[in-house]
Amino acid sequence: MKCADIQIQNEQETRAGFGEGIFEAGNANENVVVLTADLAGSMKIAPFIKKFPERFVQCGIAEANMIGIAAGLTIGGKIPYTTTFANFSTGRVYDQIRQSIAYSGKNVKICASHAGLTLGEDGATHQILEDIGLMKMLPGMTVIVPCDFNQTKNATKAIADYEGPVYLRFGRPKWPNFTKEDGSDFVIGKAQQLSEGNDVSIFACGHMVWKAIEAGKALEEKGYSVDLINIHTIKPLDEEAIIKSISKTKCAVTVEEHNIIGGLGDSIAQVASKHLPIPIEYIGTKDTFGESGKPLDLLKKYGLDTPFIIDAAEKVMKRK
Amino acid sequence: MKSTDQLKNIASQVRRDIVRMVHAVQSGHPGGSLGCADFLTALYFNVMEHKPEFLMDGRNEDVFFLSNGHISPVFYSVLSRAGYFDVKELATFRKINSRLQGHPTTHEHLPGVRMASGSLGQGMSVAIGAALAKKLNGDKHLVFSLHGDGELDEGQNWEAIMFAAHHKVDNLISTIDYNGQQIDGTTKDVMGLENLKDKFIAFNWTVMEMNGNDMDDVIAGLAKAKSLTGKGKPVCILMKTIMGKGVDFMEGHHEWHGIAPNDEQLAKALAQLPETLGDY
Repeated sequence: MKCADIQIQNEQETRAGFGEGIFEAGNANENVVVLTADLAGSMKIAPFIKKFPERFVQCGIAEANMIGIAAGLTIGGKIPYTTTFANFSTGRVYDQIRQSIAYSGKNVKICASHAGLTLGEDGATHQILEDIGLMKMLPGMTVIVPCDFNQTKNATKAIADYEGPVYLRFGRPKWPNFTKEDGSDFVIGKAQQLSEGNDVSIFACGHMVWKAIEAGKALEEKGYSVDLINIHTIKPLDEEAIIKSISKTKCAVTVEEHNIIGGLGDSIAQVASKHLPIPIEYIGTKDTFGESGKPLDLLKKYGLDTPFIIDAAEKVMKRK
Repeated sequence: MKSTDQLKNIASQVRRDIVRMVHAVQSGHPGGSLGCADFLTALYFNVMEHKPEFLMDGRNEDVFFLSNGHISPVFYSVLSRAGYFDVKELATFRKINSRLQGHPTTHEHLPGVRMASGSLGQGMSVAIGAALAKKLNGDKHLVFSLHGDGELDEGQNWEAIMFAAHHKVDNLISTIDYNGQQIDGTTKDVMGLENLKDKFIAFNWTVMEMNGNDMDDVIAGLAKAKSLTGKGKPVCILMKTIMGKGVDFMEGHHEWHGIAPNDEQLAKALAQLPETLGDY
């Protein structure tokens, strides 16, 4: 099980995976309701709207109201999926999510596209890099960050049958699609082992999983064996998988399209410090806002591209 | 169905509960609670079809959402007097390990509460969601909600007001406690509501006015509101109340929004409120 064996099937947007997933979830369960705040096009939900117009709720540009309506819909047994950009899904409506969804324990699925730097040209107002932290801090909130089209589609379907509030984070650009179409490699709360090795653990989520695979391939060519794990579920965290990995490798790199403060890296570090303190290097934005630009140029500028992961892995192995 | 006199008696006991609960922990919000005692009593004892055995999904019954959650004392008293839980539990209000939190919550599984409220401005959205679910479920029952007038400062209300009219949420009756008071002073001084009736009309709601401290008017007003549902528009009741109603030295004073009476004030208040159902 090596990074070198992982093959791209095609390149597709993760948000398109959401669009297909929600259509199938709507077909499978008549309680699934979709809400949007004037972003039906961007969220790729047109097929759902066409087939289930009575189960689609257009809220206009009013995200706070959308969150409250979703909470209310659960009371009648509905499974509401709210859809908008990640920034407007979280920071803009934090108190609404906190009181009306999390504290009230409502079965709402908060589905957020255009997360992170790879949103690109719209710039920092839209590129939220703090949302994983915001959401994982809420008691009872499940946080899922799928890595590609197939996984986003499968996660979208899986959360319909998963009781409780969920934050599902995905993005805008076309991105390598490599996980299984049938979703047999995706279980909520169970880390996905992508390669096995003894020299370094790499924990990644979202778009950055593919960047970590590229880094893993390069490290393997250099003779290292890499334990690469996709932490698609940031919360509840698969602590067992993390401890098992770092017990072998004794060092780790965390990779996320998010501020290193409050994101995946912090979660991994907390597990490590509690069970097995090891050196860790963090790939993510360094407590900064983003800016306009092409997605890949931004990943390079902010230190998230493949060469930075390779460097971090070599550095952390020396720190053992 | 209770007679007007019976409802007045219940409301008197509810008011006693309110001042006693707030006095016992020296915290809580008596002013708005007292002002809304008649409304909530009528709602739970005469107007709503509801099931005190309580199921969260509220199917095939009318449901109520308290958006201005700080008037929890009146909500808890009415729920307990209506049979949702033992009135003895009112003695735990705002104390550690209680289901009767300072602001209502589902977190402690108190029967009768379907949504946390306290952070203001969120209840109308939730009520709309529940009303939409009723429509999807083919459930003809209604959704009631209560909001403070000061609470309308929160912008989310206006998102919800716009939405409810646009989507013809006509199984919703939202009542505004129009007492003209908020924590820092009168609504006129803090943030003027101007012509609230015209605002709701402009948003395409059906708007009614009602004296929330006249039991006959409350009963007639709520009956009329019910008759106006199902006609393509949400219904708003602008309910005039007096903050602190029933306790003369509290009446009309915003200072009693969120402070508790001392021992002497409690005695004075209770002397004005006949014990009709037995204190908890």
